[in-house]
Amino acid sequence: MHPAIRPVALRLLGAVLVIWGAATAAFGVLQLIPGDPVNAIVGTHALVGPEQRAHLRAEYGLDDPPFAQYLDHMGRLATGRLGDSYQLQQPVWSVITDQVGPTVELALWAMLSAVVLAVAVTLVTSGRARWPRRISSLLELVIVSTPPFWLGILLLTVFSFHLGWFPVADTGDPRSLVLPVVTLALPIAAVLTQVLREGLLTALEAPFVLTARARGSAEHSVRARHALRHASLPALTLAGWFVGTLLGGAVIVETVFARSGIGRVTLQAVADRDLPVVQGVVALSAVVFVAVSALLDVLYSVVDPRLRRRTGMAAA
Amino acid sequence: MTATTGAGGAPELLSSPAAPPEPPEALEPAALVEVDGLDVRFGSGPGQVYAVRDASLTLTAGRCLALVGESGSGKSALARALLGLAGPTATVTARRLRIHGEDALAFRPRDWLKVRGRRIGLVSQDALVALDPLRPIGREVAEPILAHRLLPRRAVEPAVHALLERVGIPDPAERAHSYVHQLSGGLRQRALIASALAAGPRVLLADEPTTALDASVQARVLDLLGQLRADGTGLLLISHDLGVVEALADQVAVMREGVIVETGPAAEVLSRPRHPYTIALLDAVPGRRRRLPVAGADTATAATAAGTADRSAAPDDRSTASGATLEAPPLLTVAGATKRFRGSRGNRRTAVDDVSFTLRAGETLGLVGESGSGKSTLAGLLLGLIDADGGEILLAGQPWSGLPERERRARRHLLQLVPQDPLSAFDPRWTVARVIGEALRTAGVERRDRHAHALTLLEQVGLSSVHLDRRPLALSGGQRQRVAIARALATRPRLLVCDEPVSALDVSVQAQVLALFRELTSSLGLATLFISHDLAVVREICSRVLVMKDGAIVETGPVEQVFADPRHPHTRELLAAVPGEIGRAYRARFEAGHHQRPPETGQPFFQQPSI
Repeated sequence: MHPAIRPVALRLLGAVLVIWGAATAAFGVLQLIPGDPVNAIVGTHALVGPEQRAHLRAEYGLDDPPFAQYLDHMGRLATGRLGDSYQLQQPVWSVITDQVGPTVELALWAMLSAVVLAVAVTLVTSGRARWPRRISSLLELVIVSTPPFWLGILLLTVFSFHLGWFPVADTGDPRSLVLPVVTLALPIAAVLTQVLREGLLTALEAPFVLTARARGSAEHSVRARHALRHASLPALTLAGWFVGTLLGGAVIVETVFARSGIGRVTLQAVADRDLPVVQGVVALSAVVFVAVSALLDVLYSVVDPRLRRRTGMAAA
Repeated sequence: MTATTGAGGAPELLSSPAAPPEPPEALEPAALVEVDGLDVRFGSGPGQVYAVRDASLTLTAGRCLALVGESGSGKSALARALLGLAGPTATVTARRLRIHGEDALAFRPRDWLKVRGRRIGLVSQDALVALDPLRPIGREVAEPILAHRLLPRRAVEPAVHALLERVGIPDPAERAHSYVHQLSGGLRQRALIASALAAGPRVLLADEPTTALDASVQARVLDLLGQLRADGTGLLLISHDLGVVEALADQVAVMREGVIVETGPAAEVLSRPRHPYTIALLDAVPGRRRRLPVAGADTATAATAAGTADRSAAPDDRSTASGATLEAPPLLTVAGATKRFRGSRGNRRTAVDDVSFTLRAGETLGLVGESGSGKSTLAGLLLGLIDADGGEILLAGQPWSGLPERERRARRHLLQLVPQDPLSAFDPRWTVARVIGEALRTAGVERRDRHAHALTLLEQVGLSSVHLDRRPLALSGGQRQRVAIARALATRPRLLVCDEPVSALDVSVQAQVLALFRELTSSLGLATLFISHDLAVVREICSRVLVMKDGAIVETGPVEQVFADPRHPHTRELLAAVPGEIGRAYRARFEAGHHQRPPETGQPFFQQPSI
């Protein structure tokens, strides 16, 4: 095999394993949740008799032993057929593509704001003076320990109901994005700031920083050109993880701010045991995680040139 | 800029940042940095600690002042104070501190920015960490030029190439894009020097500039520094290595606990030291040592240790020991050991190439070679941490290499490693008692007996019960290495593999740890493989030596014979590169073109080590 193909092949194999594992776990968990999927299929039409229910059950293969159902699901997943939603009576694929847009928009804005905020706060609070760091640390702690739904409600109460600056619900107005983004971004920014500042303070102790200072570089240049890059490596890992969780984490924000999106679809699907939709969302999350981790690997090697020649390094 | 900062001296705009401006007075060498009564204190109130106390020195164009002393003696704190970089917790005061004629005591932070890199450059130890590993060296070298806005942007790149060329980096245009980890130790250090020179300072502070380097690379870097001095740069050389000092310094200042205890012309201080501390420091230099201090706590200074050194290992000790070992069966037999690694482009690199030797109980075998010659890989093979691709290793007459780990485990205790840097080989949160306790547990010592055992081991290595509750960071370098030895001894090994065990230590501490090694190997009958790039140390402690180059053993024999009459050109090269007296003797001989033993007597401070 060509040496360049090997890492790519390994990564693809890993991606398949991750998606398979996630789909299996989702299937298992849904089996444990009490409730009858037929209810989801028939919806609120309660006038469905037992015979029809039995018929539906057989049609969807719900009478089969769990393992046979599992194989059936996996088979369909492997061939890319996500099936139809039990409840919405439309293909899972179109359910997801309809709803994923607002969530992705929300997640990307939240991530971008969190990173910008974290870098800015880090640079401002890592100076010689101790008090900005103490105040910032305290604030970060408060934000991290605040439940997101409560934070969302708090923001809504203050900025929408009292001040009326932002709409209460999604109106299509770009301003309606602000509060949800802030709700999602603040906790992420708080955690990233802590990691970044820790890394920055460690990096500022490094010998190359003394060298840089001895060259006559000003303090801000030492921080921005040398230390921040070193500090960003651990923060990058964390940021990647956050991107993955934003997809699922959006559910609370979408509920509080009455936004449509993948989170609410998922919540509904889980409640109704709408297995095809749940499986679809799980597969999507797994794909996102795999893609993000691949992207991170590329970013690592951009930030840290020492990682660029990882293949075949001698142990010596 | 205000009057206090003294804009004077600034008008000379550089055509090239690499070329130092002409000295204002060409007749008399100008005093570039004048220091009088400098104090550097850390902390405040009653807990205040003096790192430097009442230090006075002058740096002159074209001269080299060496600041000598052990780690913690305040050398680096003094150097940083000259850059205004003593740190936020430091208080710097002085009767007089003038840099290029300006009063540095009145400097504000932004005045210091103008001094750093432009008036005074800094070259630190170990370019691998002193240059930013995430930036190409070209950008690192360019930084001072940009920070001081010396050149328009488009002129920076050619200037960087010229600087890299000046410090002897081949292919500067291409190398400028390399990262630190892609360069060899020597090239890295040159790049660091280039970055210190970039803004054209006339004073260079070289803080242990060659400490992490192989002897031959060190020699070349010293040549470069010597060249800079000849070109008119004033050098402050900070070093604990008196060989380096001897090679470069015009003046020497000996520092101890923050105080300069002796100062004078280099030749005089090194040949007729007056202060007892200088004498002790000189005595502790391997190869120059008259007698070894007793293995004892290294809290005692070298001076007192040397004073009570009557019990020190006599020359006969080793010869009888090595004589006795000849009859002993080999403890370790290595036959044709080979290890290859796959290189970065799929090509295979032979790290250990058909190596064969034997090691007997009570014998100390030296393994010397430059970094990258395969010494550590060979150690890994012996320890069974790396699987050999070929050849056989027998431990106590039984197969060792190629066995599954399960079968090796029962005999692992026979063979222990003493690492170079115990600080990174210990868990920093573990106390000494726990570190040794863990080793005793694997050796099968019952929990209730471990404390007593640990205490015995500590006493064996010259420590006491007070050290049991300390954590690695609270120990000195020498104490740490003693704990590492105690840990290795906990399993009652018969063979120690020591990978550069004393190269991170100050000379006087080094002498004490070496004495401990000697005492332990003779009293316990241990076989020792002593890996070192320091030939003087090997010469002092080993009975036989293996010289390694590119994975292969190129020369082997009794230490005395190999050092007196090296056969292989590489061995001669290694010997000639040793700075100071030993190297000088060899260099002189090679220049003379015939081989004779180095002079045995007649020189006041070079004594033939008793072998």
